[in-house]
Amino acid sequence: MEFFEAISAKFNYWVYVIIMMIGLYAMIAKNNMVKKLIGMSVFQTAIILFYVSIGVKDGATIPILYHDQVHTGHHHDDHGEEAHHASSEDHGTSDTGHHETDKYGYPTRHAPDVVIDGDDFANPLVHVLMLTAIVVGVATLGVGLAIIQKLHREFGTIEENEIHDIIKSGK
Amino acid sequence: MIEQAPALILLFPFFASIIVALAGIRVQSVSFPLTVISLVASVLSCIAVLVRVVNEGTIRYKIGGWTPPMGIEFRIDALGALVVTAVSTVGLLAAIYSTRQLPAETGDRTSQYYTLYLLLMTGLLGMVITGDAFNLFVLIEVSALTSYALIAMGPGRAALAAYKYVIMGTIGASFYLLGVGYLYIKTGSLNMVDIHEQLIARGIFDSTAILVAFILITVGVWIKMAFFPLHAWLPNSYAFAPTTSSAVLGPLVTKVMIYVMIRLTFTVFGADYTFGQLDWSDIVVWMSVAAILVGSISALAQTDLRKMLAYLIIAEVGYMVGGVWLADEMGLIGSIYHIIADAFMTLCVFLFAGIIFAKTGRRDLNAMDGLFTKMPLTMVGFLVGAFSLIGIPPTAGFFSKWYLIQGGIASGNWEYVAALLISSLINAVLFFRIIEIAYFGAKPAEGHGEHHHGDSIEEGPTEASFSMLLPLLASSAILIGLGLYNRDVVAIIADFVSEINFGVISR
Repeated sequence: MEFFEAISAKFNYWVYVIIMMIGLYAMIAKNNMVKKLIGMSVFQTAIILFYVSIGVKDGATIPILYHDQVHTGHHHDDHGEEAHHASSEDHGTSDTGHHETDKYGYPTRHAPDVVIDGDDFANPLVHVLMLTAIVVGVATLGVGLAIIQKLHREFGTIEENEIHDIIKSGK
Repeated sequence: MIEQAPALILLFPFFASIIVALAGIRVQSVSFPLTVISLVASVLSCIAVLVRVVNEGTIRYKIGGWTPPMGIEFRIDALGALVVTAVSTVGLLAAIYSTRQLPAETGDRTSQYYTLYLLLMTGLLGMVITGDAFNLFVLIEVSALTSYALIAMGPGRAALAAYKYVIMGTIGASFYLLGVGYLYIKTGSLNMVDIHEQLIARGIFDSTAILVAFILITVGVWIKMAFFPLHAWLPNSYAFAPTTSSAVLGPLVTKVMIYVMIRLTFTVFGADYTFGQLDWSDIVVWMSVAAILVGSISALAQTDLRKMLAYLIIAEVGYMVGGVWLADEMGLIGSIYHIIADAFMTLCVFLFAGIIFAKTGRRDLNAMDGLFTKMPLTMVGFLVGAFSLIGIPPTAGFFSKWYLIQGGIASGNWEYVAALLISSLINAVLFFRIIEIAYFGAKPAEGHGEHHHGDSIEEGPTEASFSMLLPLLASSAILIGLGLYNRDVVAIIADFVSEINFGVISR
């Protein structure tokens, strides 16, 4: 039982390590160059999963301040936790019909007393980082495929051992 | 303008690369002038930064006005300023060399080549000056991706070497990224200085996650710098790439990665952690001894000039990693000095190899038959680079080795001292063999019989053109200059080193 608890408590780390090892295996053991690149992509994706998973918090929502969240400092105080969940799940569509007004009847735009608790939102930074890392990964894959294309033009094959044979026999 | 110099170092080559890419669709001929102009501007910015750092201390440049640790900053201290100046200068010199040779090797794709070249310089310069751990990852990948392409542009086996480099390089960069992830979990910061402060403030140096981060980052960086057991990608990549590519990648990529290792070791983790708490320096110094010996001995076995030089790079990486891990002030000074010196001497010998290839079309050592009489200036430039690699005063290579050996003696790592001396001897054998071929090679017995027996003395290779000689002679002049003014260079390095507290480390 303890073993399973140990795994489930750190589930995301186990998963990323397993996926990463699958990728690493393909990068090392496969003979086909495109398969190696696929392994490389899996490897990089595992790291992206790892990063994204560390941004997760229990009961947190996406780090976007909804309109009604911003202009109701007292709204927070009144409804506490529920307000966040309601706003994240329902208000995406009903945003237009549900404008809160202040006591003079105007929609409140400026709410300097708005309370934002970091624990209510998933960490956005890791997602931003991973957007960059995804771009890097795509670029790497592109360069790799271009190089394979050049190799295919040069040697007529994308099997690594066959290319080595051609080079050896060429000498 | 001068306030913005830290950003301009990067922005000149970056925007020039965009312009070169766009203009290259129509006119290829503007590529080279634009490249050189932007790199000259970058060198000038570097010098402005260097002067300011020496006079006023560390520059912290907030990108977009966002204050760290939230925003990204360029942080340039004495070490960074020195290395960034060396990097941009090497980039400029190699670019000047390329103008004659590049069309012969890459055909009508010169503008694409220069686009990649400028992006490579952007990445390398950025790696030196950035103060943000994730930003560093992006810049590592910018320089790595461009260098894959720059290598793959070569003929035949170059693409295969580049492919292996892609695989190895990606593993290295991914390990680094993972390590940064662990650091971020524990410290909540990506700014290098802030990470270090958080590590101290939270007192989490004992944490396993920090240990894992350290191992991942170190191994990742070692792969990227071709430290001995992880060096397999390097020799073929640099031997088969277009000569301009090896002239810029050989001196810069490994050296900048060593700079990154120093930066991460001392700025992020701190000397107390790396050398005090972990106490692995003996193992790593032994690994560097292995790197030095394997690199040097493999170089002896090569008949291909550029491959021989590539193995020498592996030995030189061993010098520098070992020098850092001696955990001694002198060793660290020697390592940093060697980064600068090695950048120029590797440039010097790779330019020489490029000129030989351009003039004779051959890559083996016997191509240098009797070149002393035919290409005296080229040989003089080469001699300075070779003497520096051997370690003959007054070249820079002598002084960097001097500090490294002093560090080895002071820290009692005699195996390192022995490896340095053996490697110097092997370098002497290697280069005097070349000098012998070039000086006495006109003898008919030494393989002169192939295609032009009689006319080789009259119609053999002539002196290299000005655009090729200029960077070669400039780099050899810089090597002598660095050697003669070694006290001033060391004074700047000492600015950085003196802040590191090696004293508390129990040995």
